[in-house]
Amino acid sequence: MKREVPLIITAIFGCFMVIDFFVPHPLVSSIGETLQQWAIIVVAFAYVLGVANIARISGQKISRRSRDWFYQFPLLAGLVFMLTVGVVWGVGERTLFNDFYLYAYSPMQGTMFSLLAFFIASAAFRAFRLRSFEAALLAIAAIIVMLGRVPVGTLMWDKLPVVSDWIMNVPQMAAKRAIMIGAALGAISTGLKIILGIERNYLGGE
Amino acid sequence: MERFDRRYIFLVIFLIVLFPLLMPLGLPIRVSKEVSGAYEAIDKIPPGSKIYFACDYDPGSMPELHPMTMAILYHLFSHDVKVVGACLWPGGPPLLEDAFNKVAVQKFGKKYGVDFVNLGYKEGREVVMVSLGRDIPATFPADFYGTPVGQLPVMRGVRSLNDLDMIVNISAGYPGTKEWVQQVQSRYHITLAAGCTAVSAPEYYPYYQSGQLVGLLGGLAGAAEYEKLVGVPGTATRGMDAQSLGHLAIIVFIVLGNVMYLYLKKTGRLTRR
Repeated sequence: MKREVPLIITAIFGCFMVIDFFVPHPLVSSIGETLQQWAIIVVAFAYVLGVANIARISGQKISRRSRDWFYQFPLLAGLVFMLTVGVVWGVGERTLFNDFYLYAYSPMQGTMFSLLAFFIASAAFRAFRLRSFEAALLAIAAIIVMLGRVPVGTLMWDKLPVVSDWIMNVPQMAAKRAIMIGAALGAISTGLKIILGIERNYLGGE
Repeated sequence: MERFDRRYIFLVIFLIVLFPLLMPLGLPIRVSKEVSGAYEAIDKIPPGSKIYFACDYDPGSMPELHPMTMAILYHLFSHDVKVVGACLWPGGPPLLEDAFNKVAVQKFGKKYGVDFVNLGYKEGREVVMVSLGRDIPATFPADFYGTPVGQLPVMRGVRSLNDLDMIVNISAGYPGTKEWVQQVQSRYHITLAAGCTAVSAPEYYPYYQSGQLVGLLGGLAGAAEYEKLVGVPGTATRGMDAQSLGHLAIIVFIVLGNVMYLYLKKTGRLTRR
Protein backbone atom coordinates (compact mmCIF):
# COMPACT_ATOMS: atom_id res chain seq x y z
CA MET A 1 0.00 0.00 0.00
CA LYS A 2 2.90 2.31 0.75
CA ARG A 3 3.82 2.19 -2.92
CA GLU A 4 0.45 1.61 -4.57
CA VAL A 5 -1.39 4.57 -3.01
CA PRO A 6 1.11 7.24 -4.23
CA LEU A 7 1.12 5.57 -7.67
CA ILE A 8 -2.68 5.68 -7.88
CA ILE A 9 -2.79 9.31 -6.70
CA THR A 10 -0.14 10.28 -9.27
CA ALA A 11 -1.98 8.46 -12.07
CA ILE A 12 -5.37 10.04 -11.25
CA PHE A 13 -4.10 13.59 -10.81
CA GLY A 14 -1.66 13.32 -13.72
CA CYS A 15 -4.45 12.21 -16.07
CA PHE A 16 -6.75 14.90 -14.72
CA MET A 17 -4.22 17.68 -15.37
CA VAL A 18 -3.84 16.50 -18.98
CA ILE A 19 -7.63 16.50 -19.40
CA ASP A 20 -7.81 19.93 -17.76
CA PHE A 21 -5.43 21.37 -20.36
CA PHE A 22 -7.49 20.18 -23.32
CA VAL A 23 -11.10 20.22 -22.02
CA PRO A 24 -12.44 23.72 -21.26
CA HIS A 25 -15.53 22.44 -19.39
CA PRO A 26 -16.53 24.52 -16.28
CA LEU A 27 -16.63 21.41 -14.05
CA VAL A 28 -13.16 20.30 -15.12
CA SER A 29 -11.85 23.88 -14.76
CA SER A 30 -13.36 24.21 -11.30
CA ILE A 31 -11.73 20.99 -10.04
CA GLY A 32 -8.49 21.99 -11.78
CA GLU A 33 -8.55 25.36 -10.02
CA THR A 34 -8.96 23.70 -6.61
CA LEU A 35 -6.15 21.27 -7.31
CA GLN A 36 -3.88 24.13 -8.33
CA GLN A 37 -4.59 25.97 -5.08
CA TRP A 38 -3.69 22.75 -3.22
CA ALA A 39 -0.49 22.47 -5.25
CA ILE A 40 0.51 26.06 -4.35
CA ILE A 41 0.00 25.29 -0.65
CA VAL A 42 1.95 22.02 -0.87
CA VAL A 43 4.82 23.70 -2.76
CA ALA A 44 4.98 26.49 -0.15
CA PHE A 45 5.78 23.83 2.46
CA ALA A 46 8.94 23.05 0.49
CA TYR A 47 10.35 26.30 1.89
CA VAL A 48 9.80 25.11 5.45
CA LEU A 49 11.50 21.84 4.58
CA GLY A 50 14.31 23.77 2.85
CA VAL A 51 15.00 25.93 5.89
CA ALA A 52 14.89 22.88 8.18
CA ASN A 53 17.26 21.04 5.87
CA ILE A 54 19.78 23.91 5.76
CA ALA A 55 19.72 24.11 9.55
CA ARG A 56 20.18 20.33 9.88
CA ILE A 57 23.02 20.03 7.34
CA SER A 58 24.80 23.14 8.68
CA GLY A 59 24.44 21.85 12.24
CA GLN A 60 25.97 18.51 11.21
CA LYS A 61 28.88 20.23 9.46
CA ILE A 62 29.59 22.35 12.53
CA SER A 63 29.37 19.46 14.97
CA ARG A 64 31.62 17.26 12.80
CA ARG A 65 34.04 20.11 12.07
CA SER A 66 33.74 19.28 8.34
CA ARG A 67 35.71 21.18 5.70
CA ASP A 68 34.97 24.97 5.81
CA TRP A 69 32.60 24.35 8.73
CA PHE A 70 33.02 27.93 10.03
CA TYR A 71 31.25 29.31 6.92
CA GLN A 72 28.07 27.73 8.27
CA PHE A 73 27.91 30.36 11.02
CA PRO A 74 27.39 33.38 8.73
CA LEU A 75 24.97 31.28 6.67
CA LEU A 76 22.82 30.39 9.66
CA ALA A 77 23.17 33.86 11.17
CA GLY A 78 22.03 35.46 7.89
CA LEU A 79 19.10 33.07 7.63
CA VAL A 80 17.92 33.69 11.19
CA PHE A 81 18.53 37.44 10.96
CA MET A 82 16.61 37.98 7.70
CA LEU A 83 13.77 35.72 8.87
CA THR A 84 13.51 37.61 12.16
CA VAL A 85 13.58 41.14 10.71
CA GLY A 86 11.16 40.12 7.97
CA VAL A 87 8.66 38.54 10.34
CA VAL A 88 8.96 41.15 13.12
CA TRP A 89 9.20 44.45 11.15
CA GLY A 90 7.74 43.45 7.77
CA VAL A 91 9.23 43.43 4.29
CA GLY A 92 7.86 46.61 2.74
CA GLU A 93 9.52 49.90 1.95
CA ARG A 94 11.65 51.63 4.60
CA THR A 95 12.00 48.45 6.67
CA LEU A 96 15.21 46.89 7.94
CA PHE A 97 14.56 43.84 5.75
CA ASN A 98 14.29 46.01 2.66
CA ASP A 99 17.47 47.91 3.53
CA PHE A 100 19.44 44.69 3.94
CA TYR A 101 17.91 43.36 0.73
CA LEU A 102 18.78 46.46 -1.31
CA TYR A 103 22.15 47.33 0.22
CA ALA A 104 23.61 43.89 1.07
CA TYR A 105 21.89 41.00 -0.73
CA SER A 106 21.35 42.86 -3.99
CA PRO A 107 24.98 44.09 -4.51
CA MET A 108 26.34 40.69 -3.46
CA GLN A 109 24.22 38.86 -6.02
CA GLY A 110 25.10 41.48 -8.64
CA THR A 111 28.79 40.96 -7.89
CA MET A 112 28.51 37.21 -8.36
CA PHE A 113 26.84 37.74 -11.74
CA SER A 114 29.39 40.36 -12.84
CA LEU A 115 32.27 37.96 -12.21
CA LEU A 116 30.99 36.07 -15.25
CA ALA A 117 32.42 38.80 -17.51
CA PHE A 118 35.93 38.10 -16.20
CA PHE A 119 35.59 34.33 -16.44
CA ILE A 120 34.08 34.47 -19.94
CA ALA A 121 37.02 36.57 -21.15
CA SER A 122 39.49 34.17 -19.56
CA ALA A 123 37.66 31.13 -20.95
CA ALA A 124 37.51 32.71 -24.43
CA PHE A 125 41.28 33.17 -24.37
CA ARG A 126 41.97 29.61 -23.24
CA ALA A 127 39.24 27.46 -24.70
CA PHE A 128 38.00 28.93 -28.00
CA ARG A 129 40.51 27.02 -30.14
CA LEU A 130 40.18 26.55 -33.91
CA ARG A 131 40.95 22.84 -33.68
CA SER A 132 38.60 21.81 -36.52
CA PHE A 133 36.39 23.22 -39.29
CA GLU A 134 33.33 23.08 -37.00
CA ALA A 135 35.16 24.86 -34.19
CA ALA A 136 36.25 27.57 -36.63
CA LEU A 137 32.68 27.95 -37.89
CA LEU A 138 31.42 28.26 -34.32
CA ALA A 139 34.05 30.86 -33.45
CA ILE A 140 33.32 32.95 -36.54
CA ALA A 141 29.56 32.82 -35.92
CA ALA A 142 30.10 33.77 -32.28
CA ILE A 143 32.27 36.74 -33.22
CA ILE A 144 29.73 37.98 -35.79
CA VAL A 145 26.85 37.68 -33.30
CA MET A 146 28.85 39.32 -30.51
CA LEU A 147 29.73 42.27 -32.73
CA GLY A 148 26.34 42.43 -34.41
CA ARG A 149 24.55 42.78 -31.08
CA VAL A 150 26.51 45.83 -29.89
CA PRO A 151 26.70 49.39 -31.31
CA VAL A 152 30.40 49.10 -32.12
CA GLY A 153 29.57 46.36 -34.66
CA THR A 154 27.29 48.72 -36.60
CA LEU A 155 30.08 51.30 -36.65
CA MET A 156 32.53 48.74 -38.05
CA TRP A 157 30.18 47.54 -40.81
CA ASP A 158 26.54 48.56 -41.07
CA LYS A 159 25.54 45.13 -42.49
CA LEU A 160 27.00 43.26 -39.51
CA PRO A 161 23.72 43.36 -37.50
CA VAL A 162 21.90 41.97 -40.59
CA VAL A 163 24.30 39.03 -40.78
CA SER A 164 24.02 38.57 -37.01
CA ASP A 165 20.20 38.59 -37.24
CA TRP A 166 20.35 36.00 -40.03
CA ILE A 167 22.51 33.70 -37.88
CA MET A 168 20.06 34.09 -35.00
CA ASN A 169 16.92 33.72 -37.11
CA VAL A 170 17.91 30.89 -39.46
CA PRO A 171 20.60 28.40 -38.31
CA GLN A 172 20.25 29.19 -34.60
CA MET A 173 16.47 29.00 -34.77
CA ALA A 174 16.52 25.69 -36.68
CA ALA A 175 18.84 24.12 -34.10
CA LYS A 176 16.86 25.55 -31.22
CA ARG A 177 13.56 24.25 -32.59
CA ALA A 178 15.06 20.79 -32.99
CA ILE A 179 16.32 20.86 -29.40
CA MET A 180 12.98 22.15 -28.10
CA ILE A 181 10.97 19.53 -29.98
CA GLY A 182 13.32 16.81 -28.71
CA ALA A 183 13.08 18.10 -25.14
CA ALA A 184 9.27 18.33 -25.38
CA LEU A 185 9.02 14.74 -26.62
CA GLY A 186 11.30 13.69 -23.76
CA ALA A 187 9.11 15.56 -21.26
CA ILE A 188 5.94 13.94 -22.66
CA SER A 189 7.55 10.52 -22.44
CA THR A 190 8.74 11.13 -18.84
CA GLY A 191 5.30 12.47 -17.89
CA LEU A 192 3.59 9.38 -19.33
CA LYS A 193 6.05 7.10 -17.55
CA ILE A 194 5.30 8.83 -14.22
CA ILE A 195 1.51 8.70 -14.77
CA LEU A 196 1.67 5.02 -15.74
CA GLY A 197 3.90 4.19 -12.77
CA ILE A 198 6.89 3.10 -14.87
CA GLU A 199 9.14 5.91 -13.64
CA ARG A 200 9.22 5.80 -9.82
CA ASN A 201 12.21 7.92 -8.87
CA TYR A 202 9.91 10.39 -7.10
CA LEU A 203 9.06 7.60 -4.65
CA GLY A 204 12.70 7.37 -3.66
CA GLY A 205 13.45 4.75 -6.31
CA GLU A 206 11.10 2.12 -4.88
CA MET B 1 49.53 29.11 -22.50
CA GLU B 2 47.97 27.44 -19.47
CA ARG B 3 50.63 29.20 -17.42
CA PHE B 4 49.50 32.63 -18.61
CA ASP B 5 48.36 34.56 -15.56
CA ARG B 6 44.63 35.09 -15.98
CA ARG B 7 44.75 38.11 -13.70
CA TYR B 8 46.07 40.14 -16.67
CA ILE B 9 42.89 39.25 -18.56
CA PHE B 10 40.77 40.25 -15.56
CA LEU B 11 42.63 43.58 -15.31
CA VAL B 12 42.15 44.35 -19.02
CA ILE B 13 38.42 43.56 -18.83
CA PHE B 14 38.07 45.67 -15.70
CA LEU B 15 39.75 48.71 -17.28
CA ILE B 16 37.95 48.31 -20.60
CA VAL B 17 34.52 48.14 -18.95
CA LEU B 18 35.31 50.92 -16.48
CA PHE B 19 36.50 53.43 -19.09
CA PRO B 20 33.20 53.97 -20.97
CA LEU B 21 31.26 53.99 -17.72
CA LEU B 22 33.34 56.96 -16.57
CA MET B 23 33.57 58.59 -20.01
CA PRO B 24 30.53 57.58 -22.13
CA LEU B 25 31.24 57.16 -25.84
CA GLY B 26 27.65 57.63 -26.98
CA LEU B 27 27.71 54.86 -29.57
CA PRO B 28 24.57 54.76 -31.77
CA ILE B 29 21.95 52.13 -30.87
CA ARG B 30 20.07 50.26 -33.58
CA VAL B 31 16.59 48.99 -32.77
CA SER B 32 15.86 45.38 -33.70
CA LYS B 33 12.46 44.18 -34.91
CA GLU B 34 12.02 41.99 -31.81
CA VAL B 35 12.25 45.04 -29.55
CA SER B 36 10.14 47.27 -31.77
CA GLY B 37 7.51 44.48 -31.77
CA ALA B 38 7.21 44.76 -27.99
CA TYR B 39 7.16 48.55 -28.18
CA GLU B 40 4.41 48.63 -30.81
CA ALA B 41 2.26 46.10 -28.93
CA ILE B 42 2.48 48.15 -25.71
CA ASP B 43 1.96 51.37 -27.64
CA LYS B 44 -1.38 50.05 -28.96
CA ILE B 45 -2.83 49.46 -25.47
CA PRO B 46 -5.54 52.10 -24.90
CA PRO B 47 -5.12 54.45 -21.88
CA GLY B 48 -6.89 53.17 -18.77
CA SER B 49 -6.33 49.52 -19.73
CA LYS B 50 -4.71 47.09 -17.34
CA ILE B 51 -1.79 44.78 -17.92
CA TYR B 52 -0.07 42.06 -15.89
CA PHE B 53 3.62 42.70 -15.26
CA ALA B 54 5.51 39.51 -14.34
CA CYS B 55 8.76 40.48 -12.67
CA ASP B 56 10.51 37.11 -12.59
CA TYR B 57 14.11 37.89 -11.70
CA ASP B 58 16.27 38.70 -8.72
CA PRO B 59 19.26 40.95 -8.01
CA GLY B 60 21.64 38.53 -9.78
CA SER B 61 20.38 39.70 -13.16
CA MET B 62 19.35 43.17 -12.04
CA PRO B 63 21.98 45.05 -14.12
CA GLU B 64 20.56 43.52 -17.31
CA LEU B 65 16.87 43.27 -16.52
CA HIS B 66 16.07 46.18 -14.22
CA PRO B 67 16.69 48.79 -16.97
CA MET B 68 14.17 47.05 -19.22
CA THR B 69 11.65 46.91 -16.39
CA MET B 70 12.10 50.65 -15.87
CA ALA B 71 11.87 51.46 -19.59
CA ILE B 72 8.73 49.35 -20.14
CA LEU B 73 7.06 50.74 -17.00
CA TYR B 74 7.92 54.24 -18.24
CA HIS B 75 6.19 53.44 -21.52
CA LEU B 76 3.14 51.95 -19.77
CA PHE B 77 2.64 54.79 -17.29
CA SER B 78 3.25 57.46 -19.95
CA HIS B 79 0.24 55.90 -21.74
CA ASP B 80 -1.77 55.86 -18.52
CA VAL B 81 -1.93 52.06 -18.48
CA LYS B 82 -2.59 50.45 -15.09
CA VAL B 83 -0.18 47.78 -13.97
CA VAL B 84 -0.78 44.65 -11.90
CA GLY B 85 2.68 43.42 -10.96
CA ALA B 86 3.70 40.15 -9.31
CA CYS B 87 6.71 37.87 -8.99
CA LEU B 88 7.40 34.16 -9.20
CA TRP B 89 10.98 34.64 -7.97
CA PRO B 90 11.38 35.20 -4.22
CA GLY B 91 13.91 38.00 -4.78
CA GLY B 92 11.61 39.88 -7.14
CA PRO B 93 9.11 41.93 -5.09
CA PRO B 94 11.54 44.57 -3.74
CA LEU B 95 12.88 45.09 -7.28
CA LEU B 96 9.38 45.59 -8.61
CA GLU B 97 8.71 47.95 -5.72
CA ASP B 98 11.87 49.89 -6.54
CA ALA B 99 10.88 50.19 -10.22
CA PHE B 100 7.33 51.30 -9.33
CA ASN B 101 8.66 53.96 -6.96
CA LYS B 102 11.21 55.33 -9.40
CA VAL B 103 8.92 55.34 -12.43
CA ALA B 104 5.26 55.36 -11.39
CA VAL B 105 5.50 57.51 -8.26
CA GLN B 106 8.49 59.77 -8.85
CA LYS B 107 8.12 60.38 -12.61
CA PHE B 108 4.37 60.18 -13.14
CA GLY B 109 2.89 60.75 -9.68
CA LYS B 110 0.81 57.57 -9.91
CA LYS B 111 -0.94 56.21 -6.84
CA TYR B 112 -0.37 52.77 -5.33
CA GLY B 113 -3.49 50.64 -5.41
CA VAL B 114 -5.17 52.94 -7.93
CA ASP B 115 -2.76 52.95 -10.87
CA PHE B 116 -0.53 50.04 -9.97
CA VAL B 117 -0.15 47.23 -7.46
CA ASN B 118 2.62 44.93 -6.35
CA LEU B 119 1.05 41.57 -5.53
CA GLY B 120 4.37 40.26 -4.25
CA TYR B 121 5.70 36.74 -4.52
CA LYS B 122 3.96 33.39 -4.71
CA GLU B 123 5.67 30.00 -4.76
CA GLY B 124 4.32 27.38 -7.15
CA ARG B 125 5.90 28.33 -10.48
CA GLU B 126 3.82 27.08 -13.46
CA VAL B 127 0.94 26.21 -11.13
CA VAL B 128 0.70 29.88 -10.12
CA MET B 129 0.73 30.95 -13.78
CA VAL B 130 -2.16 28.66 -14.66
CA SER B 131 -3.97 29.66 -11.48
CA LEU B 132 -3.67 33.35 -12.44
CA GLY B 133 -5.35 32.52 -15.71
CA ARG B 134 -8.35 31.32 -13.71
CA ASP B 135 -8.54 33.43 -10.59
CA ILE B 136 -6.11 36.19 -9.61
CA PRO B 137 -7.65 37.06 -6.19
CA ALA B 138 -7.63 33.37 -5.23
CA THR B 139 -3.98 33.10 -6.21
CA PHE B 140 -2.92 36.39 -4.61
CA PRO B 141 -5.52 37.11 -1.88
CA ALA B 142 -3.40 40.01 -0.58
CA ASP B 143 -0.78 42.33 -2.05
CA PHE B 144 2.90 42.72 -1.04
CA TYR B 145 1.84 44.77 2.02
CA GLY B 146 -0.89 42.37 3.10
CA THR B 147 -3.81 44.49 1.86
CA PRO B 148 -6.65 42.28 0.56
CA VAL B 149 -6.79 42.68 -3.22
CA GLY B 150 -10.53 43.30 -3.06
CA GLN B 151 -9.80 46.63 -1.34
CA LEU B 152 -7.55 47.88 -4.17
CA PRO B 153 -9.31 50.00 -6.84
CA VAL B 154 -6.87 48.83 -9.53
CA MET B 155 -8.05 45.24 -9.02
CA ARG B 156 -11.73 46.08 -9.58
CA GLY B 157 -13.08 44.01 -12.47
CA VAL B 158 -9.95 41.88 -12.57
CA ARG B 159 -10.86 38.27 -12.01
CA SER B 160 -8.35 36.47 -14.23
CA LEU B 161 -5.61 37.20 -16.74
CA ASN B 162 -8.32 37.31 -19.41
CA ASP B 163 -9.52 40.60 -17.87
CA LEU B 164 -6.14 42.16 -18.62
CA ASP B 165 -4.98 43.43 -22.01
CA MET B 166 -1.50 42.01 -22.04
CA ILE B 167 1.20 40.21 -20.09
CA VAL B 168 4.70 41.63 -19.95
CA ASN B 169 7.24 39.22 -18.55
CA ILE B 170 10.79 40.09 -17.55
CA SER B 171 12.57 36.86 -16.71
CA ALA B 172 15.99 35.59 -15.75
CA GLY B 173 15.31 31.88 -16.18
CA TYR B 174 12.95 29.36 -14.62
CA PRO B 175 10.10 30.05 -14.12
CA GLY B 176 10.01 32.65 -16.84
CA THR B 177 9.26 33.37 -20.47
CA LYS B 178 9.21 29.74 -21.62
CA GLU B 179 6.68 28.81 -18.93
CA TRP B 180 4.54 31.90 -19.61
CA VAL B 181 4.35 30.86 -23.27
CA GLN B 182 3.69 27.19 -22.59
CA GLN B 183 1.31 27.49 -19.66
CA VAL B 184 -0.48 30.80 -20.23
CA GLN B 185 -0.14 32.15 -23.77
CA SER B 186 -0.84 28.81 -25.44
CA ARG B 187 -3.72 28.10 -23.04
CA TYR B 188 -5.45 31.48 -22.68
CA HIS B 189 -4.19 33.18 -25.89
CA ILE B 190 -3.24 36.42 -24.13
CA THR B 191 -0.83 38.84 -25.81
CA LEU B 192 2.61 38.28 -24.31
CA ALA B 193 5.81 40.34 -24.60
CA ALA B 194 9.00 39.30 -22.87
CA GLY B 195 12.36 40.56 -21.77
CA CYS B 196 15.13 38.20 -20.75
CA THR B 197 18.86 37.92 -20.12
CA ALA B 198 21.08 37.93 -23.21
CA VAL B 199 22.18 34.36 -22.54
CA SER B 200 18.62 33.03 -22.59
CA ALA B 201 17.35 35.14 -25.52
CA PRO B 202 18.24 32.58 -28.26
CA GLU B 203 15.95 30.07 -26.54
CA TYR B 204 12.95 32.36 -26.98
CA TYR B 205 13.51 33.40 -30.60
CA PRO B 206 11.31 30.51 -31.87
CA TYR B 207 8.42 31.84 -29.74
CA TYR B 208 8.83 35.28 -31.28
CA GLN B 209 8.96 33.83 -34.78
CA SER B 210 5.82 31.75 -34.16
CA GLY B 211 3.95 34.84 -32.91
CA GLN B 212 3.52 33.50 -29.38
CA LEU B 213 5.61 36.44 -28.24
CA VAL B 214 4.76 39.81 -29.76
CA GLY B 215 8.16 41.17 -28.79
CA LEU B 216 11.41 40.10 -27.17
CA LEU B 217 14.01 42.19 -25.39
CA GLY B 218 17.31 40.36 -25.07
CA GLY B 219 19.71 41.49 -22.36
CA LEU B 220 21.19 44.92 -21.92
CA ALA B 221 21.06 45.53 -25.68
CA GLY B 222 17.28 44.97 -25.69
CA ALA B 223 16.89 47.31 -22.73
CA ALA B 224 18.99 50.00 -24.43
CA GLU B 225 16.92 49.68 -27.61
CA TYR B 226 13.72 50.11 -25.58
CA GLU B 227 15.18 53.14 -23.80
CA LYS B 228 15.87 54.61 -27.23
CA LEU B 229 12.29 53.95 -28.38
CA VAL B 230 10.74 55.58 -25.30
CA GLY B 231 13.25 58.43 -25.53
CA VAL B 232 14.63 58.06 -22.01
CA PRO B 233 18.27 56.96 -22.09
CA GLY B 234 19.16 55.19 -18.86
CA THR B 235 21.65 52.76 -17.42
CA ALA B 236 21.24 50.32 -20.33
CA THR B 237 22.18 52.97 -22.91
CA ARG B 238 25.25 53.88 -20.84
CA GLY B 239 26.05 50.22 -20.36
CA MET B 240 26.07 49.49 -24.10
CA ASP B 241 29.34 51.40 -24.52
CA ALA B 242 30.93 49.19 -21.86
CA GLN B 243 29.40 46.08 -23.41
CA SER B 244 30.67 47.06 -26.87
CA LEU B 245 34.23 47.37 -25.63
CA GLY B 246 33.84 44.24 -23.51
CA HIS B 247 32.79 42.24 -26.58
CA LEU B 248 35.70 43.68 -28.56
CA ALA B 249 38.11 42.69 -25.79
CA ILE B 250 36.76 39.13 -25.71
CA ILE B 251 37.15 38.88 -29.51
CA VAL B 252 40.74 40.14 -29.21
CA PHE B 253 41.37 37.49 -26.54
CA ILE B 254 39.92 34.77 -28.80
CA VAL B 255 42.19 35.86 -31.68
CA LEU B 256 45.22 36.20 -29.40
CA GLY B 257 44.56 32.81 -27.84
CA ASN B 258 44.40 31.21 -31.28
CA VAL B 259 47.57 32.93 -32.49
CA MET B 260 49.41 31.59 -29.43
CA TYR B 261 47.81 28.17 -29.91
CA LEU B 262 48.91 27.94 -33.55
CA TYR B 263 52.40 29.22 -32.72
CA LEU B 264 52.88 26.71 -29.91
CA LYS B 265 51.47 23.92 -32.07
CA LYS B 266 53.85 24.79 -34.92
CA THR B 267 56.88 24.91 -32.64
CA GLY B 268 55.80 21.69 -30.88
CA ARG B 269 55.61 23.36 -27.48
CA LEU B 270 51.94 22.80 -26.97
CA THR B 271 51.25 21.05 -23.67
CA ARG B 272 48.19 18.82 -23.37
CA ARG B 273 46.19 19.03 -20.17
